[in-house]
Order: sequence, then C-alpha cells, then structure tokens
Amino acid sequence: MSNPLVDMQKPDVIFCIGTNMTECHPVAATGLKKAVARGAKLIVADPRRIGLADMSHLYLPLRVGSDTALLLGMAHVIAREGLIDDEFIENRTTGFDEFFEHISQWTPEWAETITEVPAKDIETAAMWYGSASKGAIYYTLGITEHICGVENVQSLCNLALMTGNIGREGTGINPMRGQNNIQGAGDSGALPNNYPGFQSVTDPAHQMKFKAEYGIEVDLEKGITKVTALELCGDSIHAMLIDGENTLLSDPDREHCEHALRALEHLVVIDIFLTETAELADVVLPATAWGETDGVCTNTERRVQRMRAAVPPPGEAKSDWWIICQIAQRLGFDGFDFDTPKPIFNELCRISPIYAGLDWERIENSEYQWPVPHKEHPGTPRLHEETFVNGRGIFSNVHYRDPAETISENFPVWLTTGRRLQSYHTRTQTGRAQGIDYLLPEESLEVNPADIERWNLSDGEWCKMSSARGSINIKVKATNRSPRGTVFASFSFADVPVNLLTGSGYDPITHTAELKVCPVKLEPL
Amino acid sequence: MTHKIEIDGVEVTFAEGETILEVAQRHEKEIPTLCYDPRLEPFGGCRLCIVELEGARNPVASCTTKATPGMVVRTTTDTIEAYRKTLLEMVVSENREVDVSPLRGYASGELADLRDKYAVNGTRISGATSGMSKDDENPFILRDYELCISCYRCVRVCAEQEGDHAINVMNRGFHTQITTEFDGLLKDSACTFCGQCIQTCPTGALADKKALRAVDEVADTLPDKTRTICPYCGVGCSVDILTKDDKIVGIHPAMDGPANQGALCVKGQFAYDFVQHSDRLKTPLIRADDGELYEATWEDALDKAAEGFRKVNAEHGRHSIYGIASGRAPSEAAYLMQKFIRVGFGTNYIDNCSRA
Repeated sequence: MSNPLVDMQKPDVIFCIGTNMTECHPVAATGLKKAVARGAKLIVADPRRIGLADMSHLYLPLRVGSDTALLLGMAHVIAREGLIDDEFIENRTTGFDEFFEHISQWTPEWAETITEVPAKDIETAAMWYGSASKGAIYYTLGITEHICGVENVQSLCNLALMTGNIGREGTGINPMRGQNNIQGAGDSGALPNNYPGFQSVTDPAHQMKFKAEYGIEVDLEKGITKVTALELCGDSIHAMLIDGENTLLSDPDREHCEHALRALEHLVVIDIFLTETAELADVVLPATAWGETDGVCTNTERRVQRMRAAVPPPGEAKSDWWIICQIAQRLGFDGFDFDTPKPIFNELCRISPIYAGLDWERIENSEYQWPVPHKEHPGTPRLHEETFVNGRGIFSNVHYRDPAETISENFPVWLTTGRRLQSYHTRTQTGRAQGIDYLLPEESLEVNPADIERWNLSDGEWCKMSSARGSINIKVKATNRSPRGTVFASFSFADVPVNLLTGSGYDPITHTAELKVCPVKLEPL
Repeated sequence: MTHKIEIDGVEVTFAEGETILEVAQRHEKEIPTLCYDPRLEPFGGCRLCIVELEGARNPVASCTTKATPGMVVRTTTDTIEAYRKTLLEMVVSENREVDVSPLRGYASGELADLRDKYAVNGTRISGATSGMSKDDENPFILRDYELCISCYRCVRVCAEQEGDHAINVMNRGFHTQITTEFDGLLKDSACTFCGQCIQTCPTGALADKKALRAVDEVADTLPDKTRTICPYCGVGCSVDILTKDDKIVGIHPAMDGPANQGALCVKGQFAYDFVQHSDRLKTPLIRADDGELYEATWEDALDKAAEGFRKVNAEHGRHSIYGIASGRAPSEAAYLMQKFIRVGFGTNYIDNCSRA
C-alpha cells in the first residue's frame, strides 16, 4: 500500500476494484465503512455483487477480465473533462502528452462494449474520482490475477498520476496483501529478480555488494519464477525445497502441478501439517506454527512487526529458520550458524536499505513502516510524498487484451474464483479450527437464479463443472451475488478442487496466474 | 481564550473537541465508566462518569460533555462518589451475577472491578433482575443477557467499529433487550462473528464460548497473555494469545494494535486452534523404498534432505534446484530460504507464494 491503513478513513472518494475486502481483509474494510459513514463516496467495480457493492454509491458490474478497458474509459473521461492535476503532472510525472493522445480513442462508449458497464456509469465514476480532493484506490487479486495484471495495475497508476491522487493523506494506490507475511517474504529477497530489500539482481552495484556479503558470485541474471520452475520439473528442475506452501491446492491447474512435483527427484517440504503437497515429498520436516515461533512479519502497509511464541511446539517440531540452517550446514554452506532468529533478522536489516534503520529491538512496538533508511528515520507511513523512487511517475499507454480463454460454445460460462470470510486459502488452518464448520461447512458454486433455470440446474443440488483442463463436481447455490453468465467458487475445499479447472494463462511479466477468469461449462448431475 | 480547564484544582490544557473525560484520563484521573469504549462515540448511558461542573446545577456526564475554556471540574467529591455508588448498587442488583470468568471477554471484569472499588455488596437494593438470555446454537458467542446492563457497547461497536449493524435493542427501560433483527439467531443476522461485541462487553453478558469451553474449571484469574500478530491476512492485526498451562485458550484483540485498534475478524478471533490440533506434524518423515512416508529422527531426515540436494546438484547442476519460501512463516525463514539458494547454489532460483 502506498498509504497507511489509518488513511482508509480519510478519502472523499474511494475506488475499490477487484477487492472483496469485507471478506478477505475485514478489519481493513472497517476503515472504509467509517469513511463512508462520514460521507465519503464509494465506487465499487467487481463482476460479483459483493458486500462492498451493497454499500457503494456507484457499482460497476464489469465482465470478468475487462478491468483495463474500464480504467482506460475512466482515464478518457477524466482527461476530456479537464479533471487532471496539471501541476502534479508537470512536476511529478513523465509521458503525459503521449498518454493524453493514447486515451483519446478509448471512450466510455467503447469501454461499455468490452466491460458491459453502461458508459454513463463509467463517466460518473471518472467524474467522482477525478473531482475528489482525496481520491484513494484499493485493489486486491481481482486486479493482479489476470494475464494483464501488469496493465491493470499500470492503468490504476495512470488514474492516480493524472489526478495527483498519490503521496498525500487519504489518497494512493493501495493493494491489500493476502497473507500475514507475504510482504515480508518479498522484502526478505525470496524473489528471482531481487536480493533482500528489493535490490535488483541485475544491478552491478547490488551484484558486487552481495558477492562481498555472501562470498560467492551469484548469477548475474534473474532466476526463473515459481511458475516456470513448476513447468520445468523433471526437465531441468530436479529438486525443490518448499517452505509452508500447499502448492498443490493453491496453484492453478492442479493436475499439471501434481505431475510436476512427482517428476522431481528430490522434494523437501517444511510445514506444520501433512498437506497435499507434503504428501508428495521425499522428506517432510515439521515446523513450529504461529504462536510457537519468534520472528518478524511485515503487513500490507509495510509495518514491520514482531510475532512471538506463546506455547511450546508439539513433539519435535522446529522453527523454519533452524531447519534451513541445519540443511545448509550439512551441505557445507557458509553463513548459517544461527542459534536464534534475532541475528538473522538483524542481518537482513543490515543489508537491506529499506530496513537499514531497524533491528530486532527497534521493532518491539510495531512503530515502523519501511522504508526506514537509517536509525534516526521515523519510518515512512506514506510513500511518494516528495518524489517517486525512480524520479518521475510514468504514464503507461496500455491496451486492453482479452483473457487467455474467453467463453465459447464448449465453455459458455465465466468462472471466477476467490476467497470467503470464514475460510482461509486451502483450509489447512481454518479447516482445523473448531466452530468454523458451523458457518461454512462446504463449498458451493454461486450461480444467478435465472441461470440455474436456464442451465437446468437445481439450487442445493450437485453439478459437474468442466474447463479445458478438467472437471469437478460442486453443489449449486442460487444467489444474486453472481451476475448472469458468471459463477463463483473458492478454492479452499480439498474435496472441491476448483484449481483443477483454472490455469488458462499467466501474466507474461509477473507470471501471476489468471485465477480470476476461467471459461467453464455446467451440467446437471 | 486559551484551551485550559481546571480539574480538581489543577489547570490543564485540552485540545478542541476533547471531552472532560478524555482530558481527565490524559491527566491520569480515575473516573469510573461502564458504557464507555474509547473507540466509540460517547453515549452517556451509565452516568458513572458524572463530575461536578462549577456553575452547572446538576452533575454532568464527563464522557459527553466537551471541554470549554474556563471550566472548573471536580471529579471525586463525596457527593459524586455517593451518586456513583448508588448507581452501581442499582446496576449490580439487576444482574444474576457479577463475578464472571475473565475468559468471557477482554472487558468482562469491568463491572466486578467497580463493584469491588465502591464496596457494593448488592444487598441494599435488591429486586427484579432484567434481561432474558438467548439460546443460540452458534459455537462462538454466548448471549447471556441476564448479565446485560444495557450499556449498548455491543450495539455500538457492531455499528460504529464494524459497520455491520447486526444487533440492536428492543423494548425500553427496564425491559431493554439486546437482540438481532426478528429476534433470531446471530447466524441469520448480519453478524460476521468478529467477536467485537464479546470483547467490549463490561459484564460478560456476551462471552467467548470457545474460550469458556477451553478450560474445564471456572477460571478466576486471567490466563497469560502474549502479544503477537494475527496469522491470517496481510492487515497485520495485533492480538494477545491467552494461554493456560501451555494451552492456547483464546485470543484478545490488542486495543492499541496499530493496524487494527482493537478490531478483529472471525478468523483472527476464533480460528486459532489449528495450532494445537492433533493433526500437527510432530516428527520428521522420510519416504522409504516402499513409497510410504515413515517417522524418522531429525538426524536422518536432515541428512537425507541434504544428501538429495547434493546429489541433484552433482548430477544436474546448480540450476536444477529451486526454493519456494513461505508467505506465512516469519521473515527469517524467507531470508534464509533465499540465502540457502543464493549462497548454496549461486542462482536466483528462489520465489515465494505470491504469484498464486
């Protein structure tokens, strides 16, 4: 997030797109609800009539995968109506003239033909956001889990840059991160393109720094992403170390994924349960869980916080860091002689400019949001206040692209996937929490009541749902949350493995899977 | 005019919009409250926070009275304390009991603490009790309204903090009753089971069923607390884990958590018991020649894990090994995962689970 969570109560106009925040980030959503209660206008763009849509002042029910078209249409209106922030554009950005030229062709009427959202509603959304003194954008995986995830994010940046809605209180471009330490995992350098602290592996200065630090010459080019690695399993990838991820259920195209992991000569999984993924491993190493582990995590607003152990682990379970050190030491690797997590975190801080002002003691009270470049620095709740990291904000002349697969005679229904309030990811945790079953005992496919009739399905009965990759059986649930022609299911339940069907395509730059769009057909059972 | 008022003979400053209660609390005055939750709009229901205000005919509720320049306030006179004691005697007399398990909720001991402080024994005024408890099959929230004092904190936290408006009041006066739309089950209301009502309730009328189930005997002391961060989404809510004899018995939201200011959702509040579930892996496992996984010692498992990487590296080269770090484990794990790959094999063949 460019802005802190407390800023969520402060905008006049809030634009939520591709985020089911009341279910997936419920506590963050309380801030938005307070802003709305105070009088802020809420615009919600989502294919499904989610909880946020019900409380919005303007709901844009766009077709799945058409976000770029919607955002181009909005940019067109903002420019046409003169709602741009000339001073901000002049002082802080580059490429606006070309962008202005580029968007002149993408009218809201054109956007309507792609998104199925009435042009007048696209105009209203643009006018509201463009006229806001504090306009804030919030998004989640509904923006990024597409083959055009990068273009979607760039389109949101365009809107913020042209209206100057960035670098100030109550504004910003705010992606909500989905896991307790997914931000921290990236911060720590568990990325094929970045050393710790987002230091690019292709930058010669960083290469020299880490050569000196680690005493070894690391490849000068980027590594491959997890998606590519899974594709190469058995071909050029032969061994994997997986820490705490149920890859098999969480990733798209389950059959492909299972085939990939089985093709490995050596798979080591560190986890707290014998997950579907761990069941395929050659060695399974039991880790300590939350509540048993001392360590550090970083939240969606870049706040670096301490997690603390409250109870001892079961049996012989050990901390992840200890396990990794033990394997490394057996292989003779240098720099893994740690006895506690503290010096590990301090090493990360020492070599990461964004954490340079932090150490184990300083984060005791959760006060700091990175970047914290030195010990006297108070932290950075709000990014981009004076300048952008790369100097000027760059407008991107993006084009709309169809999803990897579009509906056809064989697969005439759009399936979109996501999460539910009461379950979390693949239910390894919530599935084992007493009482959760009372609220959410099973998965069901959300179908518009009119479609149920049209497709000869029955509410509460099972149907067969198939994509180009496979088929599953799932119970049908009638609800107006789903628009006609689009159905929804979560991927949480192992007995309804929705990710058998997904995996039609990936964003070419981020390799994020298009989990939000999958053409399917539905048949009664 | 300067922003100053006098409290108990001492001149203090205040900020525009502050109430007398807020100014007094900032200067460490102990003013009793029951319907007050600093996260919510002032309500003025319980009247315990009354203070004497020079020039005012009657005492005023300090939680709803904004400070204005020149006010002269007395927080603890004999008269005020006598009023407070009588108010408490009336409140206590309405309730079935006051001594409740601290596991019921974060604030559940507030009434009992004030009862003790003012030496109210509940015998001076006795008579009818109010509130009808509601049978609700849900596994999380006990609705024991015989302990309800109609402070409306639950109703207000649901509306103001959560924005859910799942509960409200029916009837008036002595017959006031907290309920849902159509007086039904919470499951059939707009309730999301975030547990905020439990945690703000000052009497334990709304209580954490799960925590109460976790201990056999009635707990009279609060369990140990450990401050940490919720294990679920990326918002990073601060929580206190409640433990008793190495068992996790419940979760309290951290009212001073920078990301959540006391708020939680159903997962953070109630879905913690996966940690001590019997399915947890307790020993390393090694796949044997018959294809099955068997329990093993750490020595054997770590040797086999290392040996496999050594062998694949020797046979297929360093670009045949890949690491996937967790978005759930602490940063030390992710940091060492990337270090393992970079230092060990000199590649950037490392990723985390953020792409799917």
